[in-house]
Amino acid sequence: MSDLNDLYREVILDHSKKPRNFRKLENANHQAVGHNPLCGDRVVVYLQVENDVIKDISFQGAGCAISTASASMMTESLKGKSAAEAEALFERFHDLVTGQPGTTSEAPSLGKLSIFAGVQKYPVRVKCATLSWHTLRAALENKEEAVSTE
Amino acid sequence: MVATIDKLGLATQQTIQTPLNVWRVREDFPILKQKVHGKPLVYLDNAATSQKPLAVLDAIERYYRMENSNVHRGVHYLSEQATKDYEEARVKAQRFINAASEREIIYVRGTTEAINLVAQSYGRAHVRAGDEIVISAMEHHSNIVPWQLLCEQTGAVLRVAPINDDGEFLLDEYEKLLGPRTRLVSVVHLSNALGTINPIRHIIELAHRRNIPVLVDGAQAAPHLKIDVQALDCDFYAFSGHKMFGPTGIGILYGKAELLDAMPPYQGGGDMISSVTFEKTTYNKLPHKFEAGTPDIAGAIGLGAAVDYLNEIGLDTIAAYEQELLSYATEAVSKIPGLRLIGTASEKASVLSFVLDGIHPHDIGTILDHDGIAIRTGHHCAQPVMQRFGVPATARASLAFYNTKEEIDTLVAGLHKVTEVLG
Repeated sequence: MSDLNDLYREVILDHSKKPRNFRKLENANHQAVGHNPLCGDRVVVYLQVENDVIKDISFQGAGCAISTASASMMTESLKGKSAAEAEALFERFHDLVTGQPGTTSEAPSLGKLSIFAGVQKYPVRVKCATLSWHTLRAALENKEEAVSTE
Repeated sequence: MVATIDKLGLATQQTIQTPLNVWRVREDFPILKQKVHGKPLVYLDNAATSQKPLAVLDAIERYYRMENSNVHRGVHYLSEQATKDYEEARVKAQRFINAASEREIIYVRGTTEAINLVAQSYGRAHVRAGDEIVISAMEHHSNIVPWQLLCEQTGAVLRVAPINDDGEFLLDEYEKLLGPRTRLVSVVHLSNALGTINPIRHIIELAHRRNIPVLVDGAQAAPHLKIDVQALDCDFYAFSGHKMFGPTGIGILYGKAELLDAMPPYQGGGDMISSVTFEKTTYNKLPHKFEAGTPDIAGAIGLGAAVDYLNEIGLDTIAAYEQELLSYATEAVSKIPGLRLIGTASEKASVLSFVLDGIHPHDIGTILDHDGIAIRTGHHCAQPVMQRFGVPATARASLAFYNTKEEIDTLVAGLHKVTEVLG
């Protein structure tokens, strides 16, 4: 059970059941669609970017607990960040969930997102945790084609 | 043997069965003895691939240890032995589905390659712009995409016979799709995503009244149902070794000899020719015309061993045991609050596809895996089926004859835990 509790932490379950910023952003000037063909999950990330700063961010879609919680917590951690800061955070988050050397659950630079460290033990779930982040990157780059985790 | 009358009013022979001793057959499958995450493995992903009995593992090892060599061309001892075993396996496969001749048994990599072979060889020769191919709404991607490719190449149109909310094939709707431009019907015998057993004899009969040939995708049926291609009168039948307790990489395309004879080769190369000059090549006779290159010899021999193994237990015995297990499992999981079965056809085998209220199948799969329970989650390579039922994915437990009621109880306990953790 201990590994399972590491994966499905209280905070993650809370965000998966009550996702934050779960809506369409009417004044979005960036958006992208992400797709995980493995499980059929789809997510849309909406951004309102002004002077290279993410003023507002939201998402919609259907996914598993991990992907929904990850999207929800991503939106909370990116408001007010620049595109470069968002990109840097994604890299650190990616290192964390894939268990890159030097990353631990104590990673202070990730703040609340470090709770996803439990994903390390579930390699097949990495795509769930990163789907919204890949979609965010596509939105920042204004990609029109849906991004895929495959 | 006793004569019985089946639903179509046709007399059939049924063997009186002795019940299956599941604890004895489990001894034949070494992989089932292992622990996963510290718990005994409960393998319920048989529709994806089945486990292999010792008889199959031994046959493959024996081939590589004792007689590894190439088939059909050596004059030496090993090649003779390998060719003999390779061709004997073909006869075993022929008898397994009651084909009229071993010339009608083509070795392929699996069901997918078998369907692609028919689409590209038969299809390219017979299908023109404006012609139609009919499939059903419950097909696996492997019985959709090869036809879409053919349609792109020829300008033909793909027509899809609908299913009802229980996941049952609608014969009336299907019949309406059959017309003067229909060149081929291709339908699944047993649905991998829903467990539906299709009324395949009726489907074939309705097509044959209009002289339309029928391909049956038997990937899921082969390990669960007794197949008789002559009684079905299907024109093509495709199945895979690895879903019926044989190795991966080998499968069978059955085709009626007169159809196969008239079809152009699928791939060119060694073994499929009689003579080659730069001016003119003549092709080998059936079945070799469709078997270019060195085949999966060990795979074929392994498949033959799987057929022997299944015959020893008896498909009727297997089907009877599995039906009882499926009823037990269906009743047990139906009691779980918030669980909805996807696929509730009156004629079903092996497959329990389901969703849990508010819980994504992927999370179900991870939590069950933690208890050593292997199920499949996702779209099961049948995205149109998921769309038909309005779900992005399902969780699927699929049974084989080595599964037990105790394992179903473990699954049910695991599902209760899922609702505790995530509900």
